[in-house]
Amino acid sequence: MKSIAELEEIRKRTLQRINLRREDKESEVRVVVGMATCGIAAGARPVMMAFVDEIGRRHLSQVTVSQTGCIGMCRLEPMADVFLPGEEKVTYVNLDADKARRIVAEHVVNGRPVTEYTIGNAENNKQQA
Amino acid sequence: MSEQMINLTIDGIPVEVPQGTTVLKAARKVGIRIPTLCFLEEINEIGACRVCVVDYGARSLQAACVLPATNGMKVKTNTPEVREARRTVVELILSNHDKKCLSCVRSQNCELQKLSLELGVADENTFSGEQTAHPIDDGSVSIVRDNNKCILCRRCVAACYGTQAVGVIGPVKRGFHTAIESAWGMGLSDTACIGCGQCIAACPVGALREKDEASYVWRMLGDETLHTVVQTAPAVRAALGEEFGLPMGTNVTGKMAAALRRLGFSKVFDTDFAADLTIMEEATELVGRMQNGGVLPMITSCSPGWVNYCETFHPEFLPNLSSCKSPHEMMGALVKTYYADKVGVPAQDIRVVSVMPCTAKKYEADRPELAGSGYPDVDAVITTRELARMIKSAGIDFVNLPDEPFDRLLGDSTGAAVIFGATGGVMEAALRTAYEVLTGETLGNLDFHGVRGVKGIKEATVQIGDLALNVAVANGTANAGELLDAIKRGEKSYHFIEIMGCPGGCVTGGGQPIVSAQDRMARDPRMVRAQALYQADADMPVRKSHENPEIKQIYRDFLEKPNSHKSHELLHTHYIARPLYHEGAR
Amino acid sequence: MEIFRSHVLVCGGTGCTSSGSVKLVDRLNDQLGELGLDKEVKVIKTGCFGLCEAGPVVIVYPEGTFYSHVQTEDVDEIVSEHLLKGRVVRRLVYQDKGDHPSVGKSLSDIEFYKHQTRVALRNCGVIDPENIDEYIAFDGYRALTKALTEMTPQDVIDEVSRSGLRGRGGGGFPTGTKWKFAAASKDDKKYVVCNADEGDPGAFMDRSVLEGDPHAILEAMAICGYAIGADEGYIYVRAEYPIAVKRLNLAIEQAHEYGLLGQNILGTGFNFDLHIRLGAGAFVCGEETALMASIEGHRGEPRPRPPFPAVKGLFGKPTNINNVETYANVAQIILRGADWFRTMGTERSAGTKVFALGGKINNTGLVEVPMGTPLRTVIYDIGGGIPHGRRFKAVQTGGPSGGCIPARLLDVPIEYDSLIEIGSMMGSGGMIVMDEDNCMVDIARFFLDFTVDESCGKCTPCRIGTRRMLEILNRIVEGKGEEGDIEKLERLATTIAKTSLCGLGQTAPNPVLSTLRYFRDEYEAHIRDKRCPAHHCRSLMQYQIIDKCRGCTACARVCPVHAVSGEVRKPHAIDQDKCIKCGACYDACRFDAIIKA
Repeated sequence: MKSIAELEEIRKRTLQRINLRREDKESEVRVVVGMATCGIAAGARPVMMAFVDEIGRRHLSQVTVSQTGCIGMCRLEPMADVFLPGEEKVTYVNLDADKARRIVAEHVVNGRPVTEYTIGNAENNKQQA
Repeated sequence: MSEQMINLTIDGIPVEVPQGTTVLKAARKVGIRIPTLCFLEEINEIGACRVCVVDYGARSLQAACVLPATNGMKVKTNTPEVREARRTVVELILSNHDKKCLSCVRSQNCELQKLSLELGVADENTFSGEQTAHPIDDGSVSIVRDNNKCILCRRCVAACYGTQAVGVIGPVKRGFHTAIESAWGMGLSDTACIGCGQCIAACPVGALREKDEASYVWRMLGDETLHTVVQTAPAVRAALGEEFGLPMGTNVTGKMAAALRRLGFSKVFDTDFAADLTIMEEATELVGRMQNGGVLPMITSCSPGWVNYCETFHPEFLPNLSSCKSPHEMMGALVKTYYADKVGVPAQDIRVVSVMPCTAKKYEADRPELAGSGYPDVDAVITTRELARMIKSAGIDFVNLPDEPFDRLLGDSTGAAVIFGATGGVMEAALRTAYEVLTGETLGNLDFHGVRGVKGIKEATVQIGDLALNVAVANGTANAGELLDAIKRGEKSYHFIEIMGCPGGCVTGGGQPIVSAQDRMARDPRMVRAQALYQADADMPVRKSHENPEIKQIYRDFLEKPNSHKSHELLHTHYIARPLYHEGAR
Repeated sequence: MEIFRSHVLVCGGTGCTSSGSVKLVDRLNDQLGELGLDKEVKVIKTGCFGLCEAGPVVIVYPEGTFYSHVQTEDVDEIVSEHLLKGRVVRRLVYQDKGDHPSVGKSLSDIEFYKHQTRVALRNCGVIDPENIDEYIAFDGYRALTKALTEMTPQDVIDEVSRSGLRGRGGGGFPTGTKWKFAAASKDDKKYVVCNADEGDPGAFMDRSVLEGDPHAILEAMAICGYAIGADEGYIYVRAEYPIAVKRLNLAIEQAHEYGLLGQNILGTGFNFDLHIRLGAGAFVCGEETALMASIEGHRGEPRPRPPFPAVKGLFGKPTNINNVETYANVAQIILRGADWFRTMGTERSAGTKVFALGGKINNTGLVEVPMGTPLRTVIYDIGGGIPHGRRFKAVQTGGPSGGCIPARLLDVPIEYDSLIEIGSMMGSGGMIVMDEDNCMVDIARFFLDFTVDESCGKCTPCRIGTRRMLEILNRIVEGKGEEGDIEKLERLATTIAKTSLCGLGQTAPNPVLSTLRYFRDEYEAHIRDKRCPAHHCRSLMQYQIIDKCRGCTACARVCPVHAVSGEVRKPHAIDQDKCIKCGACYDACRFDAIIKA
């Protein structure tokens, strides 16, 4: 038999798992990973899994991870967009699993984009190089 | 605690009734008889036919028979809307009723016929359309069911299922095709039907009637090579007059004997004589069981509906049943032996006709084991209703007949015998004899009021010398079943039990004149008819069976003594456990 | 705990199941496994989404992409394109029908859902009904917890009363009042009964709730038990709902495991247990007294009321009986409050109502709208209007005992009382749309045929009266109607409505009465002119070939009785003596050259 507290625990835990089905997602944070052939070839899958895992570990029920197709900059894959409510989207490039976890910690949780992984930074570096 | 009273008006007339009273009954208090059809007081109160609808301001009309009166209620029973609704309902019933009124046994005693006239049905075919068609079930020796006349009021179902706890009929199929039938369409004869005929007594129309044997009796009477004698059960005389317009409770013993003589019977005997004989045999059997450690309680066996019920539903009590045949079977056995010798007519030329308040007697007379002389003890059983029809068709002016006595030899009886027809009567008669036989003293007060009345189960303790005799009386097989269950559970213990298959005993047996539901509300035929018998008892010069001079004579001349070898041969029987459904019936 | 980035919801309601959704689930799981996506993407079989017409339905979250008519062979593409690469399979995305077709990417973009407010159906198609945790996640059993720990039974009754919730099964009786009566009856034993004997043809909202959100019913019944002082309940559900029965059984089992049913629930000392009883398909068993008789093992027949179930109900004990949809609102009311509930609907009819939309309409399915929504909104905005550009003629609400509402009353708000005023009723929420091809006499005959068939046979007016009405209607549609038939019908209808024992009989004449009220001219045309204005009644119509005929011979080829003759490229003709009016030629003609006359 479950106590009221246990019931509440089940509720929170399960909600986090299935929250992505809610239709009222105005305040949500979205992480969109490029998952076309190019992205997958470049290693997008472990990146995606790292996002999913890190978000789950931190019980971030208002964050969804979804994937998108090729956006035409295949050389910068794996790529991901992070959408925070009311803010410009931030595009990250050349990702790996560790970078993904850091993005969750700093950008998704604390609202500070990890500028060194952003597309702007990558393009600047390229121009400087 | 005083009853809470309810005040309402019915058609503007104020009326005060106890809480729980229906509008139907409240209306009767102010002289308004709301028409009914499916309603049968205390037996079938289901509001199904919708003939008794009234208006009390609700969205729809309500059935008065089940509508409880409430404070401030304003009931209208005669608005144009209500009258139109009732008439339409009756017209709808008529549209699916086999309207062979001219040849129907219930013509002029039919509640539907009466309603049609009273409610002003102008055309019985207003809503004519498809009619359901059913075969007539006449396989039973007691009861005929004609579903083409059935109006689905369910009164028979309530009687069978509720009052009698037999439950072999019920509604099958649904909607327009609903019919009252037995399981899997079996005929009544294939079921556990006990033949009590309470369904017939409940039926407002001609869908149920007794299996006719009157035509068979007419043939016997017309056959001059036969010597046909008749006997009449105690309860018949208390009700037969009703068929000829006499008030309920009129004792017509003398006119009945006169009428039977005019019908052409060679001898008119009285089953009451055999009832006295039954008491002699049964009281002796009881004393024997008590003295010799026999099976107790002993239970009476004169009601064939009860015997059928016991054999089918409570075979574990068969050893408790008295081995005595029922009185008319005893009579039959004696007519074909003792009487045959006296008049010098061979038994094979004698026919015994029993006029009984009962349809189960028809089945009983058919039992092969009841043939003490080697020939059936009884050859035909007709009900009180069939006798009335015979008298009418013979043109006998019943009401104006002189009172005539029964024929001698098997015609003398006592007050003890005549009360057999009421519940508790056999018990009372037996107690009168048992007391005097066991104590050798004369009984002062012959009336045992504790066993009289229509209560379902009555109990009494009677002091007979040193012995406190515990007795019980049950009427109606549902009550019987309840009593037996209590005994089985060890909650009750008795020495002697009287059980009658029909509620009220034989006076309201399944073969008696039918009293409409409306008349039953006005007076209780169980009590009114029983009163005629108790009055007859009180008026009799001899009121104890063992003092009947012809009884003394028959033991002296023929039977030797109660429970003698000869009486065992002729007057006693045995019982057989029966299955609920006959093998292969499906 | 496993977190999945994507959930694929496959409708496991009866409609989609019968169009093959179970195979979709298997195929999805196979494909995901093959591509190694089974740890990222979860497939869930849910309850009904409501848009059954579009089934089998698959929704992919987090995007909420709504795929319709998904076949097994489409699964591979959804997996390899959408789930692997994130590219929506456009060709499978549901497209709105009706006046403004648009491609809806997700549920909330689709016209069918846009106008709906889902309260009773809130979890249907969203959660896995076979997983109690998912119900709990979406606030499941929080209302029960709240009732047991923060509210007295009286508080619960007051809240339900204040909410204005009325019986969703047809009667519209205030639920709070019902509970109050049952609570007021003093007895050592009481029962809570759920009427899940959904019998109206075409109505399936109760089935959807039971299949999609069974715990909502369990929770509401437990709350009711607490409120009225009952410790035992029965769910009477049709045996024809095997999926619902299975999920109810599973839900009861899971609730037992969690201690949400049984003894000492949540440690509060409250005991409540539930049993399931299967109905054998008699329509009348949806009537509460007949339903209880059936649970008791008797023939399912109504008995007169009073006494009402609240006083003398199941096994002679005080009983509260509500239908599925009514219970489906209860937990929400307790949790979110009566005031919240009253924000939806109208003064006299609070909350929402689910309708089963069917007949001549583009989007057949289940819709839940706030009470007071005009019929027009449901039929045109949600239902997408009438197919094939035909003209709307009438809408029948309230199941077989409801009435037909004509076009001019389409702006009537859907409320208990307003529907009764116009000769129909809310009923359990059936809504059948008819167009110009429907003959209203025949429609009345059709519905009456149902009630005649389903009459229990106990009371005279329903048993014989409805039968006689049907016989008259049969005559009329066969062209054998007589003067006086309309009056006879009216007399019978009035008597049956006024005198029948139960609601089935009392409402059985409604289809006839309402069509006589709004479409009397059609009756008169049948009887007097021997003409069916809708050219529907076979005995009163003919197929004729007009001069548009090009002699293509299509009609002659399909005619099963060779009634059509003519030379190629020359106008054909129909031999009316041979014609059996099957309509095959009419359907085959590509030049509109065959007309009904």
